[in-house]
Amino acid sequence: MEKFVKLDGLVAPLDRNNVDTDAIIPKQFLKSIKRSGFGPNAFDEWRYLDVGQPGQDAATIAQRPKNPNFVLNQPRYQGAQVLLTRQNFGCGSSREHAPWALLDFGFRAIIAESFADIFFNNCFKNGILPIVLPAAEIDALFAQVEATPGYRLTIDLPAQAVIRPDGKGLPFQIDAFRKECLLNGWDDIGLTLRHADKIRAFEEKRRSEQPWLFAQ
Amino acid sequence: MAQTLYDKLWQSHVVHQEDDGTALIYIDRHLVHEVTSPQAFEGLKLAGRKPWRVSSIVATADHNTPTDHWDKAEGTAAIDDPIARLQVDTLDSNIRTVGALAYFPFKDKRQGIVHVVGPENGATLPGMTVVCGDSHTSTHGAFACMAHGIGTSEVEHVMATQCLVQKKSKSMLIRVDGALGKGVTAKDVALAIIGRIGTAGGTGYAIEFAGSAIRGLSMEGRMTLCNMAIEAGARMGFVAVDDTTIDYLRGRPFSPQGEAWDQAVAYWRTLTSDDGAQFDRVVELSAAAIAPQVTWGTSPEMVVPVTDTVPDPARETDPVKREGMERALQYMGLNPNTLITAIAIDKVFIGSCTNSRIEDLRAAAAVLKGRHVAANVKLALAVPGSGLVKQQAEQEGLDKIFVAAGFEWREPGCSMCLAMNADRLEPGERCASTSNRNFEGRQGPGGRTHLLSPQMAAAAAIAGHFADVREIL
Repeated sequence: MEKFVKLDGLVAPLDRNNVDTDAIIPKQFLKSIKRSGFGPNAFDEWRYLDVGQPGQDAATIAQRPKNPNFVLNQPRYQGAQVLLTRQNFGCGSSREHAPWALLDFGFRAIIAESFADIFFNNCFKNGILPIVLPAAEIDALFAQVEATPGYRLTIDLPAQAVIRPDGKGLPFQIDAFRKECLLNGWDDIGLTLRHADKIRAFEEKRRSEQPWLFAQ
Repeated sequence: MAQTLYDKLWQSHVVHQEDDGTALIYIDRHLVHEVTSPQAFEGLKLAGRKPWRVSSIVATADHNTPTDHWDKAEGTAAIDDPIARLQVDTLDSNIRTVGALAYFPFKDKRQGIVHVVGPENGATLPGMTVVCGDSHTSTHGAFACMAHGIGTSEVEHVMATQCLVQKKSKSMLIRVDGALGKGVTAKDVALAIIGRIGTAGGTGYAIEFAGSAIRGLSMEGRMTLCNMAIEAGARMGFVAVDDTTIDYLRGRPFSPQGEAWDQAVAYWRTLTSDDGAQFDRVVELSAAAIAPQVTWGTSPEMVVPVTDTVPDPARETDPVKREGMERALQYMGLNPNTLITAIAIDKVFIGSCTNSRIEDLRAAAAVLKGRHVAANVKLALAVPGSGLVKQQAEQEGLDKIFVAAGFEWREPGCSMCLAMNADRLEPGERCASTSNRNFEGRQGPGGRTHLLSPQMAAAAAIAGHFADVREIL
């Protein structure tokens, strides 16, 4: 996993509540057995005027008609690394293809009023930082992004702050453990296996107390 | 101190705890399907890691599999879509290499939707932690399990370590007291709850469903309710153990037997919230006040009683919400203030991990018996949740009732709930669906989904538009 320490990135606004994982990456693309290459199909039904198919090559995708009304298609938001949105972002299915698609699209941080639990958790496994800010701060950010072409934010993970171009810092919360993992790009599995002896001991005790859970 | 059921489930699975409360939680049961597992198996292989305990794995193919013409070719050759076939073949080969407690491959007589297959085989037992790369894993909470969906990285993590890194959620009690009216089901209770607390109402919470109306539900009904906990934003929902739980589990293939059964039952009886246990939030509903529900928009919280009308965004004061309602109405092709019962439908889908169990099929068949699907309904699908549900339904003659009414009687699978296979809506088509999500494009690009119960779906099929099933029963 790529480390996340400090990011200075262009911001793209997606001014909706309840953006679900079916919208982020429609189901036909979940047939892939790989974890990369989902970026061209992120927000597929909103982004294109035709219906995307899995397995299309880059040249075919480049020819697809784009929806000019979809905000992420506007030239000013190309290359955005920070997504600004509203409540309950990432609701719906547990598909990790959603963060994979957002990462592949170029987003490293998502700022929202709230996130769905499973999606929120999946972000951390992929080096994406999901940031929760109060509604009033989100409102102000939307107003600034829309009024200012080329609007960028700096996200300082060690300091736990989103820094606006006018210098105002917006503090955010993050679990200490998740922060450490992101800062170091740590692999969760490796960390957990440091406790392999504890897991084995727990398992043996459980096996003796509730043997029916260990049917072979 | 008095403990909640959630406290007990959590505490009994903590392997290790960090200072900030982050804990390693032991996983008893790992359900695996073809869509969210290939990258996990590959990651394991690339890192040279061995699975920790393969006897925790129960696997089946369900999301991508076709629901008709199984006999046209051998094995997975009956899957036309080559990309889907590769995914199902990949699961076959991964399980062959790694092993599992049980594997129900495509066309196996016990194959089906993973959340139907686990419980009916007794692979879901009270007090377990149950995970799966699928958000509707909350279903298994009906058995007083700590059960929730995980992403593919966590699928790999569980395979490699038998644990997950977790933080304890807050606890919510949703108490539904009283008797449900005629024609009102667990699905209506679930939708009414989501209508009340919203799709983000349960975010950050584990929900315990309690009260006399919940006690009165069958295990099938409790599974429907817990299945929809995720649509209320809660990763998990559960119901305490009682006689209904224990009666359901007796004699299932993976249920304990003999002395182990008695020992297990004694433990399972402790899986209830203690008197006086404190919850972070309590929500109360009166069962008698719940009418059959129908969703009108593109989020499960956009729901009203069947007797009501499509809401008017002009009356919403929050501008972001108002815009969301307007966008939903435009997508759904509906005008504000239209009577729900005046909305005509094109297709009907009875199935999904929410409503494809034997009780659901019986309830729909009771409405359909001696009646016929309306002329304007282009397709009505009945898709049993598993091979065993299908077999049971056929023994009871339910298949004949569905077919006589004009339904297609299909093979088991996820089918048109998420339309990864060939079962889907065409752009603009409107569907009465017993599934769990009415998101844009969920049942096919441009498709319009209305969520409701199996008997309400049957009533809509007959009428050709939404109808109050209470007037038919």
